[in-house]
Amino acid sequence: MNPIFMIIGYILLAPIGGGLLMGLDRIITARMQSRVGPPVLQPFFDVFKLLGKQNLTVNRFHSYYLFFFLIFMMVSGAMFFAGDDLLMVIFALIVADVFLVLSAYSTNSPFSSIGAERELLQMLSSEPMMLLTAVGFYMVTGSFNVSAIASSGRRLIFYLPGIFIGLTFVLTIKFQKSPFDLAVSHHAHQELVKGISTEFAGPSLALIEIEHWYETILLLGMIWLFFAFNPALATAGALLVYFLEVFIDNANSRVKWELMLKSAWLVTLLFGLGNLLVLYFVLHIG
Amino acid sequence: MAFFKKSPWIFHYDGSSCNGCDIEVLACLMPMYDVERFGVINTGNPKHADILLITGVINQQNRGVVRTIYEQMGDPKVVVAVGTCATSGHFFTECYNTLGGVDTTIPVDVYLPGCAVRPEAIIDSVIEALGILEEKHKLSRRAGHV
Repeated sequence: MNPIFMIIGYILLAPIGGGLLMGLDRIITARMQSRVGPPVLQPFFDVFKLLGKQNLTVNRFHSYYLFFFLIFMMVSGAMFFAGDDLLMVIFALIVADVFLVLSAYSTNSPFSSIGAERELLQMLSSEPMMLLTAVGFYMVTGSFNVSAIASSGRRLIFYLPGIFIGLTFVLTIKFQKSPFDLAVSHHAHQELVKGISTEFAGPSLALIEIEHWYETILLLGMIWLFFAFNPALATAGALLVYFLEVFIDNANSRVKWELMLKSAWLVTLLFGLGNLLVLYFVLHIG
Repeated sequence: MAFFKKSPWIFHYDGSSCNGCDIEVLACLMPMYDVERFGVINTGNPKHADILLITGVINQQNRGVVRTIYEQMGDPKVVVAVGTCATSGHFFTECYNTLGGVDTTIPVDVYLPGCAVRPEAIIDSVIEALGILEEKHKLSRRAGHV
């Protein structure tokens, strides 16, 4: 398909899809806690309400930082769905995250600063696995280009099961789900108030929420690639992984940052690097 | 648009009550009443909140805290005084260290008497508050603040 259409489609449709996923997430979470839960459109109601609130900006920088946070997130997702270089997608995603951290630091609030530090720790825990995923795709298909990976026809999930497990593990960090929702959580944890989003109110908070929708769709797109040989299976796989994350979210409480860093790197080493080593021997020596 | 009615985020502050009303406020969030059905979220952050629920009397020590919380909330915002202590001071009125109800410190929009209040009454007061929130939003838009 024409990349331009994919980019426009992503920018217009990703918030809708992401928001609906969030709504389903909240209903499933409520059902797991034997509650009824909000309507499925609740995330949209929240965002539209936040856009109507007073914008309490702490200083003149933080709105700009947040704006670039959203822009880089959209660029990252647009590059992914246009079939561009996967490494560039991951780097753009990191840049987007850095803008969020800068924005939180610029407010000088202690809660916000601790949230920003924890966001950096989350990045430190999750990014190695994200990069190994790209390397894994390259080893099998011989290309970093998303379009080449998607159309390679190879059953990536059978070549890269370890990478898949590792990526699913770090997606818990990326989706801000318990036990790794250290920087900010969707649940009413009172600890550290709301972490990185403490100082953002009204439209700024809405911006963060919209960014999260874009990010969710992008990351589920990476899961999609593992099953790209069969689009129906791929969609089902991505949704199943998201359901798994919701389940993990409800079955766990927050951990300390040391445990997050150690476990994430251990999984990266064992499943990520282990998978790559085995794959190397199978492809080149065996 | 009427989105305030669909997504009221609540900040709950306990002045100095016996905790009876606090337990009832939390009971609203539990599976029995589940106010998240109406999009209510109990935030821990006044900057994210639309409705301030205060239980208990105001005294010299928490007066500054209550005022700060109120000032940190973004417009439009409403205050609900939950329980007789918060509406009038109840039997603490004559105490040497209390100032009385919440309206001695910040403007209150909804008064909800009861000792302790029932969860159904709290839900009703929040719905009442939503109407006021919507009206305040319209007024501030007309004045060009938002």
